[in-house]
Amino acid sequence: MDLKDLYRDVIVDHNRKPRNFRPMPDADRQAEGFNPLCGDRLTLFVKLDGDRIGDVSFQGSGCAISVASASLLTESVKGRTVAEAEQLFTRMHELLTLDDAVADPVALGKLAALSGVREFPARVKCASLCWHTLDAALHREAEPVSTE
Amino acid sequence: MSVVRAPAVVAVDLDRPIDVEAVRRDFPILAREVNGKPLCYLDNAASSQRPRAVIDAISRYYETSHANVHRGVHRLSQEATDLFEGARETLRRFINARSTREIIFVRGTTEAINLVAQSHARHRLQPDDEIVISWLEHHANIVPWQMVCEQTGARLRVIPITVSGEVDFEAFLGLLNERTRLLALAHVSNALGTVVPVDDFIREAKRRGIPVLLDGAQAVPHMAVDVQALGCDFYCFSGHKMCGPTGIGVLYGREALLEAMPPWQGGGDMILAVSFERTLYNGLPYKFEAGTPHIAGAIGLARAVEYLQSLGLERIATAEHELLRYATACLAEVPGLEIVGTAPEKAAVVSFTVAGVHPHDLGTILDSEGVAIRTGHHCAMPVMEFFGVPATARASFAFYNTRAEIDRLVSALHVAQEMLA
Repeated sequence: MDLKDLYRDVIVDHNRKPRNFRPMPDADRQAEGFNPLCGDRLTLFVKLDGDRIGDVSFQGSGCAISVASASLLTESVKGRTVAEAEQLFTRMHELLTLDDAVADPVALGKLAALSGVREFPARVKCASLCWHTLDAALHREAEPVSTE
Repeated sequence: MSVVRAPAVVAVDLDRPIDVEAVRRDFPILAREVNGKPLCYLDNAASSQRPRAVIDAISRYYETSHANVHRGVHRLSQEATDLFEGARETLRRFINARSTREIIFVRGTTEAINLVAQSHARHRLQPDDEIVISWLEHHANIVPWQMVCEQTGARLRVIPITVSGEVDFEAFLGLLNERTRLLALAHVSNALGTVVPVDDFIREAKRRGIPVLLDGAQAVPHMAVDVQALGCDFYCFSGHKMCGPTGIGVLYGREALLEAMPPWQGGGDMILAVSFERTLYNGLPYKFEAGTPHIAGAIGLARAVEYLQSLGLERIATAEHELLRYATACLAEVPGLEIVGTAPEKAAVVSFTVAGVHPHDLGTILDSEGVAIRTGHHCAMPVMEFFGVPATARASFAFYNTRAEIDRLVSALHVAQEMLA
């Protein structure tokens, strides 16, 4: 269990300078995610362009893993179709929870940097919160998403 | 007669400070490593560790004397009953209750508070009656009262706290009125370590005839508690925060109040006679102990009490105060670190934030250095809200901690800052 495997340079960078960290007044989808154990809280905004995610942004506060994961999410799903984003969610879920999951660098791109989280079970929810929140935003679930 | 007795307490010179190295050898878990480093356990406010004496008392009970209590005429049942009731007497003396009838074994502080809420408060509260708690409370001393308010139409009134994390006494006086039916107050704050000057609060409540419940979960392990001197009506605490087992705790209640309360749960042990027409309830304390109790837990808890008394509660308080003083001074030197909760009277708890590093990242990075602290809202979300933080890191010390461990905490904090800030 090496800390450097968790806090990789990409993650540290995205925590210090989160991308797409801004409100989106004209968003047509929005969802809130909450991790009651940690107090991590984020709001995800989505602007759809047909069945594509035209723009995506987030706001909130949380640990380095949750902030970096949300930041990486916004970069990875922007421009993709809703179906592609959902596929990515499934892959991320596998990456974070399955012991034998292999990070496919082609499919995952920078998201593969989160593969170290699996070794820290207490932190998996930090990384997956934004993905559950995106899922809720895409399905218009009104209640805040909780990791519990 | 083969009833197992606790080994005689070795005489110690109570004027001398605790020999921390000798004490550490009493705790087997302190010898283990975490991530290749010696365990540095600074999460005692969440749960303390167990000395060998407690672990052995539990094992010995199961190996030699276990049977159900209060039921059999056979030898083992008698031995188990003697040990269980002996434990009750040890706990009675520990908090100086008048009678063992006032010592109810429960699962822990949470269950004790729920019992009082449902069996005492619920039957007395009318719509618009008021229960007073403070902003410092653990969720366990908030939610049971919210539930009973929902059931009865009573209202919850909350005493504000100050920026140093003290319960605002003047505001408390302003909240008391003819509708106040109960004051439920932490003796020591779990999130900040504030020692609440409960004497003042109890005096004012008593002058107005208002019953007082104290949540003593964080107080009992660290100071001598005398319920008669305090004059409170209910006192709740847990075994696992005072070197005893999990799943066992005590509700102390003044006998007259307990007598007036209906049973909480129904079942075995709390009855004298049952027919389908009518059930005759057992007397105190059994009226509130339905079902087979946590016998081993009570025995282990009594052994923990004896262990703490053998060290001396005063010496424990002195040692922990010294650790608090040292830790507060060392942490104040860490750039970007802010201590949350600076009351003049504190238990050995330091809650803090570090600029640029979220508490959860701190928790993980410190763990990789073998240092265990608590991170999060500490089951006191209103306290976090008051200070405008989602979470804090909290180091909490016990008498078996050392200055060297505090040094390790500080250097691990530097590692975290280099990595993330």
